[in-house]
Amino acid sequence: MTLTRRGFIKLSGATLASSSLSAMGFGGCGAALAESVRPFKLAAAKETRNTCTYCSVACGILIYASGDGAKNAHSNIMHIEGDPDHPVNRGTLCPKGSALLDVVHSPGRLQVPKYRAPGSNEFKEVTWDFALDRIARLMKDDRDKNFIAKNEKGETVNRWLTSGMLAASASSNETALLTWKVARAFGMLVFDNQARV
Amino acid sequence: MTNTWQDIKNANVIIVMGGNAAEAHPCGFKWVIEAKIENAAKLVVVDPRFTRTASVADYYAPIRPGTDIAFLSGVIRYLLEKDQIQHEYVRAYTNASLIVKEGFSFKDGLFSGYNAETHSYDKTDWQYELDDQGFAKIDDTWQNPRCVINLMRQHVDRYTPEMVSRICGTPIDKYLHVCQLIASTCLPDKAMTSLFALGWTQHSIGSQNIRTMAMVQLLLGNIGVAGGGMNALRGHSNIQGLTDVGLLSNQIPGYLTMPKDQEQTFDDYMETRQFKPLRPNQMSYWQNYRKFFVSFQKTMFGDAATAENNWAYDYLPKLDIPMYDIIKAFEMMVHGEINGYICQGFNPLQAFPEKNKIRRGLSKLRYLVVMDPLDTETSRFWEDVGPFNPSDPAKIETEVFQLPTTCFAEEDGTLVNSARWLQWHWKAAEPPAKAQSDIWIMAGIFHRMRELYRKEGGAFPDPILKLTWNYTNPVEPSADELAKEMNGKARADIKDDSGAILLKAGQQLDSFGQLRDDGTTESGCWIFTGSYTEKGNMMARRDTHDPRDQGITPGWAWAWPANRRILYNRASADVAGNPWNPAKPIIQWNGSRWVGIDVPDYGPTINPSEGVGPFIMNAEGTSRFFALDQMVDGPFPEHYEPMESPVENLLHPKVQNNPAARVFPDDRADFGTSADFPYVGTTYRLTEHFHYWTKHALINAILQPQEFIEIGEVLANEKGIANNGWVRVSSKRGYMICKAMVTKRIKPMMVAGKATHVIGVPLHWGFTGQAKKGYGANILTPSVGDANTQTPEFKAFLVNVEPSNGPEGEV
Repeated sequence: MTLTRRGFIKLSGATLASSSLSAMGFGGCGAALAESVRPFKLAAAKETRNTCTYCSVACGILIYASGDGAKNAHSNIMHIEGDPDHPVNRGTLCPKGSALLDVVHSPGRLQVPKYRAPGSNEFKEVTWDFALDRIARLMKDDRDKNFIAKNEKGETVNRWLTSGMLAASASSNETALLTWKVARAFGMLVFDNQARV
Repeated sequence: MTNTWQDIKNANVIIVMGGNAAEAHPCGFKWVIEAKIENAAKLVVVDPRFTRTASVADYYAPIRPGTDIAFLSGVIRYLLEKDQIQHEYVRAYTNASLIVKEGFSFKDGLFSGYNAETHSYDKTDWQYELDDQGFAKIDDTWQNPRCVINLMRQHVDRYTPEMVSRICGTPIDKYLHVCQLIASTCLPDKAMTSLFALGWTQHSIGSQNIRTMAMVQLLLGNIGVAGGGMNALRGHSNIQGLTDVGLLSNQIPGYLTMPKDQEQTFDDYMETRQFKPLRPNQMSYWQNYRKFFVSFQKTMFGDAATAENNWAYDYLPKLDIPMYDIIKAFEMMVHGEINGYICQGFNPLQAFPEKNKIRRGLSKLRYLVVMDPLDTETSRFWEDVGPFNPSDPAKIETEVFQLPTTCFAEEDGTLVNSARWLQWHWKAAEPPAKAQSDIWIMAGIFHRMRELYRKEGGAFPDPILKLTWNYTNPVEPSADELAKEMNGKARADIKDDSGAILLKAGQQLDSFGQLRDDGTTESGCWIFTGSYTEKGNMMARRDTHDPRDQGITPGWAWAWPANRRILYNRASADVAGNPWNPAKPIIQWNGSRWVGIDVPDYGPTINPSEGVGPFIMNAEGTSRFFALDQMVDGPFPEHYEPMESPVENLLHPKVQNNPAARVFPDDRADFGTSADFPYVGTTYRLTEHFHYWTKHALINAILQPQEFIEIGEVLANEKGIANNGWVRVSSKRGYMICKAMVTKRIKPMMVAGKATHVIGVPLHWGFTGQAKKGYGANILTPSVGDANTQTPEFKAFLVNVEPSNGPEGEV
């Protein structure tokens, strides 16, 4: 019988629950033990391959979540560990990567769009439509008022300098391309990312 | 990185200088340990602090922050003086033999062409002497005193061991021992790798720090070989990718550059981007620039980019200054010149220097949009959090939007690691509550803006109305579609020279060699072409096979460019095409083509006898000791003191700091002097934390709960500061009250005959998250950047420290 590490975990989880370890050569003594042990939770979890969000070693990670991906199934990440197949980290994680689960479920994760009005000392929950409509209005008004089509010499320059954008350091390349397209179509030059730090 | 993480195991010497990989990149650092155990490699650490990297080093030498160029220029002098260089490599693969134009000179700290009013150089003479065909003149015998090698020798002559020691505070014997270890890799089959990070970039001379080590590596023949290279250990998971995709003020994806005011037409723009070869037979691969640019514009604007309208050249904004970087942006903000700002996963109130100035700037905005998975300080800059964020919300008119986004675990896509690997990752779960992806949010803003321009008209709506947006789900384009868009596709049938069809219209491109400048191809980021082809998503590959176990893994994910894992790998073989190190070849010439374990960084069938240089992106085909006009602050690196320094510049007191640095007057007024702030401050990360994110993660907040500084025993005794006691650390710009960790890891250094103390300031605390509240290291740091990149000078500044009472109720 050939078993991978993952297969072993899955099989042992399943067989513990079904009360026999004999298939794996443990003999009959496992039965009583299995009665008292809960099934290994990861055996039933969905495994997803991902990359640590912190430094650029880019350790491979395995994320375990409940839920089968169905539209109305509630998914919940319950465990993250190093990917043993990854050629750089080979399963290891550092003190930051080992604690990824805590950042995914941090109480500091933002839940809803919020808005702080001028002079106010608090955030108020708003709808996405309110937020995005208002942002677009503010941006367009600023762009229309301050867009520079020609410089003092009369040369075509088509730039917008009074609004700017900082892009991220952990967003995907795909997010990056879309962001570039949008920011430059607006004519933005005050545009940078965290590589500058 | 020129090489891969695993390739570090092939090194004979590993030098960690300007970084602390054991703590900041722990799982990559294990390849250093592998090299020590399996390859008997020597680990050398040069750092102001005895870091955990130093604790496992074979040799450690201290250095004063901000003096790396002096140290490494001394190393160059040592290698030349002892003649411990790899001669054949230097002659064939560097510009050592080329002759520099008359008129170029260096005197008393300044290169020729300096303009003291503009703080910049006229770089006209920073060139080679050209012959009548426009090729650089050469003297292979190195007799001509204007040969690069001779000018370099002359330039570094001032960096004697005594001078290095006086500037850097490194004892002479330790410095010379490091020189010896480095020099041991001048043999063709020995390699040294340089691992560095923000310890080099975060200086007003940051880019030149890195250049100096690159010059050392070239003298030793350590670039392009297994176990060699210049390996920038990038700090964030996709900071490489965001740079590759050009999210910088002056960049277009794939390291193309934005047009300037004076480049009014596309022809003007291309005129300065010809990349005509500077030596016969050279590839000078940037000659294909036009193909990359036209293909990019076709991605952006599709049918609206035509030959007739110069490929929609006018749709791109033009720059009137070199760049609108972040320091410039906040300078504009405090002067009321910026009304709106969007922060996408970026927390400038913590990340940018002179926190009080950042807060002042944000307070003047009309609107601020923050997109982030976490509750950042920036989104709450208006809140009054006592000494940690003093503010009066009633007086701040800024409208603030705090938009919740997905995190890494809740999206598909690619990140580029430090070794240029594009690794696909998959969504594991739905985001919390109403959080949305950045893609959804950007698309939402774009669609609303486009609709407003359709309805109302307004300023130059063309690029907005004509931006390509052919996504299956326009509200939230998929990562796959965007990845395909970066790879690029044929817009018409693509034929080879014989007329045979290579690709049909609509098919994904295989390589950037297929790009055309006639509008028949498109590619959103030419260096990524080959990552998502008709064969599928190459970035999602997971083959761990590693030929000869040499750390290449060519079937794991995909590396730019062209799935090449070791850059400049042509230089791993000698002029005839035989490997310098027969035990660890990368590619070699088999008589008809280049073969080996990696994709050749070279034409696959170019015969070595053709004399094509291995540095195919450079117009002369060689690497450069003399950087021509590519750097703003000189073709050779020169030691300049940090903007705030405890000593005068011993080499040229009249030119104390980088003369080409851009310093805004109000920022200069905020520089302190050693009379008031006698100690050198330097910032860094702890291994338990990642910037300002992990204080939101409970385990990390428990591991390192509280803001502190590191201070040496000698200074602590002098000042009456006890371990775990409270201190007040101040600079000209602000102060923090925090705990002191009295340590043996930092010792005073003798600089110019004077004991100089260094204080370490870890940077992880702020006023949101689960750790204790802190001021943040950027309350102290000066607002000035590297002259070339504008990366802020976080690694060397002046502070004072005094014992203090803690906050009320704290012990």
